[in-house]
Amino acid sequence: MPNAADRVFKALADPTRRALFERLARDGDLTVHALTASAGVSQPMVSKHLSALKRARLVRHRRNGRETHYSARQEALAPLVDWIGDYGAFWQNKLDLLGDVLERMDK
Amino acid sequence: MTNPDTRSVIVEKDFPHPPEKVWRALTESSLIEQWLMKNDFQLVAGRAFQLRMDPVPNWNGVIDCQVVTVDPGKTLAYTWGTLGLESVVTFTLTRTDAGTHVHMEQTGFRPDQEAAYKGANYGWQAFLGKLEHVLTSVE
Repeated sequence: MPNAADRVFKALADPTRRALFERLARDGDLTVHALTASAGVSQPMVSKHLSALKRARLVRHRRNGRETHYSARQEALAPLVDWIGDYGAFWQNKLDLLGDVLERMDK
Repeated sequence: MTNPDTRSVIVEKDFPHPPEKVWRALTESSLIEQWLMKNDFQLVAGRAFQLRMDPVPNWNGVIDCQVVTVDPGKTLAYTWGTLGLESVVTFTLTRTDAGTHVHMEQTGFRPDQEAAYKGANYGWQAFLGKLEHVLTSVE
C-alpha cells in the first residue's frame, strides 16, 4: 500500500498529469472539456489522468448538471513539502562533498 | 524531526582534519562553492549573502541568507530563506582525537509555514518549479 507521498510523487511524475495539475492550480475550477481543450490529449486520456490525480488526492471534483468540475487541492502537496523540507539527504550529500574539499585542501 | 512546533534536520559527520581547516571550508567563499553552492558569503555577523543553484523553471535558484553567529573555529550560523521557508542553519565544530566532529542543524520549518502559500500564484509557481527540480534530480 503506497503512502501519501508515494502517490503524490507518482501522480506528478507524469508530464501530462503535472500539466493538468498546474493548470488547475493556476486557473481554479475547470471542467473536463475545458481541460481537454488545452491538454493536447484526448478526453478519455484527460479523464484517466484526472482519476490518477484524484487517487493521489491532488484534485477534488464536483458535479454540476452533466459536467464535472475539477479543482486542485493545495493541501495535498503537504507530503511533498515535507519531503523537500527534510533537508537530511541534502545535507548528508553536502557534508560528503565537504570531506572531498578538505582532502583536496592538503594538496 | 519530531518537534511538532518547529522541525529540524540534524546531520553529523567526523572529518580527519583539524577544526581550523574545516572552519576555512565553511567560511571561505571559493571553498564553500566547491561543496555547497555559488555564493557571495562574507564572514561578518549580520551580513546578508546569497547561495545560488542553477535556476529551474519558476525558481531562480537563489537562497537568501544572513550570517547570525560567528564563533571562529566553533560555531557558524546563518539564516536560510527560500520559497517561503525561513530556517536557520548552524554548524558546530568540536575538536576530536581524530580531527573534527561537525554537527549541522537546520531548524525552523514550521508545519504551518509549509501550507502558507501567501500570494497563491507566486506560491504555486515557485513550488512547482521546485517540484520540477526535485523530480528531475530523483529520476
